[in-house]
Amino acid sequence: MLITNLFFYIFSIITIASACMVIAGKNPVHSVLFLILCFFNAAGIFLILGAEFLALILVIVYVGAVAVLFLFVVMMLDVDFTRLRAGFLAYLPIGGLIGFVMFVELVMVLGTWKLDFNLPTNVLTNELSNTRALGNIIYTEYIYFFQLSGLILLVAMIGAIVLTINHKQTAKRQNIFNQVIRDPKESVKNINVKPGQGI
Amino acid sequence: MSDIFYTYLLPTAIITGKSLFLIVLLLVSVAFLLLADRKIWAAVQMRRGPNVVGAFGLLQSFADLLKFVLKETIIPSGADKVVFLLAPLVTTVLAISAWVVIPFDNNLVLADINIGVLYILAISSLGVYGIIMGGWASNSKYPFLGALRSAAQMVSYEVSIGFVIITVVLLAGSLNLTDIVNSQSGDLGMLNWYCFGLFPMFVIFFISALAETNRPPFDLPEAESELVAGFMVEYSATPYLMFMLGEYVSIVLMCSFGSILFLGGWLAPFPFLDFIPGFIWFAIKTCLLFFMFAMVKAIVPRYRYDQLMRLGWKVFLPLSLLMVVLTSSYLVLINHFSNNL
Amino acid sequence: MKKINYFFKGFFLIEFVAAFILAMKYFFRPKATINYPFEKGALSPRFRGEHALRRYPNGEERCIGCKLCEAVCPAQAITIEVGPRQDDGTRRTTRYDIDMVKCIYCGYCQEACPVDAIVEGPNFEFATETREELFYDKAKLLSNGDRWENAISKNIEKDSSYR
Repeated sequence: MLITNLFFYIFSIITIASACMVIAGKNPVHSVLFLILCFFNAAGIFLILGAEFLALILVIVYVGAVAVLFLFVVMMLDVDFTRLRAGFLAYLPIGGLIGFVMFVELVMVLGTWKLDFNLPTNVLTNELSNTRALGNIIYTEYIYFFQLSGLILLVAMIGAIVLTINHKQTAKRQNIFNQVIRDPKESVKNINVKPGQGI
Repeated sequence: MSDIFYTYLLPTAIITGKSLFLIVLLLVSVAFLLLADRKIWAAVQMRRGPNVVGAFGLLQSFADLLKFVLKETIIPSGADKVVFLLAPLVTTVLAISAWVVIPFDNNLVLADINIGVLYILAISSLGVYGIIMGGWASNSKYPFLGALRSAAQMVSYEVSIGFVIITVVLLAGSLNLTDIVNSQSGDLGMLNWYCFGLFPMFVIFFISALAETNRPPFDLPEAESELVAGFMVEYSATPYLMFMLGEYVSIVLMCSFGSILFLGGWLAPFPFLDFIPGFIWFAIKTCLLFFMFAMVKAIVPRYRYDQLMRLGWKVFLPLSLLMVVLTSSYLVLINHFSNNL
Repeated sequence: MKKINYFFKGFFLIEFVAAFILAMKYFFRPKATINYPFEKGALSPRFRGEHALRRYPNGEERCIGCKLCEAVCPAQAITIEVGPRQDDGTRRTTRYDIDMVKCIYCGYCQEACPVDAIVEGPNFEFATETREELFYDKAKLLSNGDRWENAISKNIEKDSSYR
């Protein structure tokens, strides 16, 4: 148990520290890299809790795909952070106020929540693997919610495609299938032109 | 005191020893596979390949290692130093760490975790970070373009590779690599392997693995004719070596992953050949796939970038999705009939 | 019909398999390259390699310091200084330098030479570790001549019938 606790504290300290570095970092790319480190350590905490499926899905989806896109965008945008920081003090009062309100709300919410420090150690029964247990719940009790969220994602995907696609009539596009299927016999004609006569 | 020793220190020492043994074995075999890669490439082009260092050039990789280590590491003045040096480390460490879950034989695996397939998928999807970080930190045009290309490429092919793996997992009914191999055993020998039942998936897996590891014909992140050397332009000496090492380790990883998923891992192709130890079969299959990797490098010209994206999203993704649907409906059908009988 | 045919060709990777078989045929063919440091390709007698200053069979150096080679050299790689020799007063070079870094191996010097003193020998393996070693002086050129005399004279003899 000792070692588990130790690892928990290591992971959580790194998670919090890197989360702070995300907002404190001067360079946006460094911020994203710290965000990735944060995700990683969160996955580590999941692993300690015995939720290995969630941990790896977190790594695959957030680190492997979402954060790559973040990094992609941040690297492409030439964000001038000194200019962004110029108005920092001017916005501090209102920003601080919003932060304070959020904090008070959180305290009020958490205050009504009964904290039980004796967490059940084995939520999952040992015979059922993590993946199977999740599948059993998702595809039986929560099947409608699962399908609904899938549908929402589909709509979002179609929306994104519709918004970004632009098929200009003037733009010339390749049809690779038509290109490679071209036959020299049909497209090239040998003509023996007599001198002085033209075609 | 002795309690701590037996519960923590001794297991840690044993695991460390095993891991070290695995890493050394891995790196030595990668050294020879690298030489094999060059030799195969040379043979197809009717050249000799490296043949001076050691008998038949067997020690060439070690000579290269020495050369890389002894050279000066040049860090460009405009580079982000920490990220620049972190990038090759990330690549190598990730590539090696994925080997933890690969079973070499029945019960011969470092960590027999329940979700080995997901673990490998996660690690290989992280591989893109080494390249992106290296490309960005170099603070130079070609590396940056190479990094952007590789980010898009690896994320795209990750999707189709995921669907391919899902079909195998559906049939095997487990995410554990050992269980996947065991589900391919049977009286029919090699006909039970998934590479026959799921042949189109095997081909898609192979091609996606090529794209995933930036091998020719999909080596656009380092396309010489356009990007000089892509994300590796500014790298030299040991960091460059780390990039190359990481690349080759992940290639061999993909080969062994493919042999586990589709070629029955350590299983003998015919039942009467069972007396040969499993890890030898595993090595033979991995080498076979690696040979195909090397041959593809020798015979296929490089893809254009838009064609690469078209292949990933418009050909492989629908095909593999269709196969997922077909496989799951097949399984449901079988289930239905076996329940009714 | 052609489209369907083509689709199946692509789907079953027919062309890839054909390329693989072709590559395997080449795989086992004899190598087109030679095993260089141990085997060397044939050289023409006219091959223009490293320079050498030759001597007459009696040991007297051939060069008379006419400076034709210096004049003809398009890269201006040759520098010659001339003076009477101490013991017999004949016209000899006191300095004969070739900058091998400048040299373009055109062979004009050996064409210009009236006494076949400066020649470009068959040696092409004279890489050095420093740049300075490639600034050849008279002693180096003469020693080259002594070392490669057999090969050089044979080459000149072979080529003489065409001149």
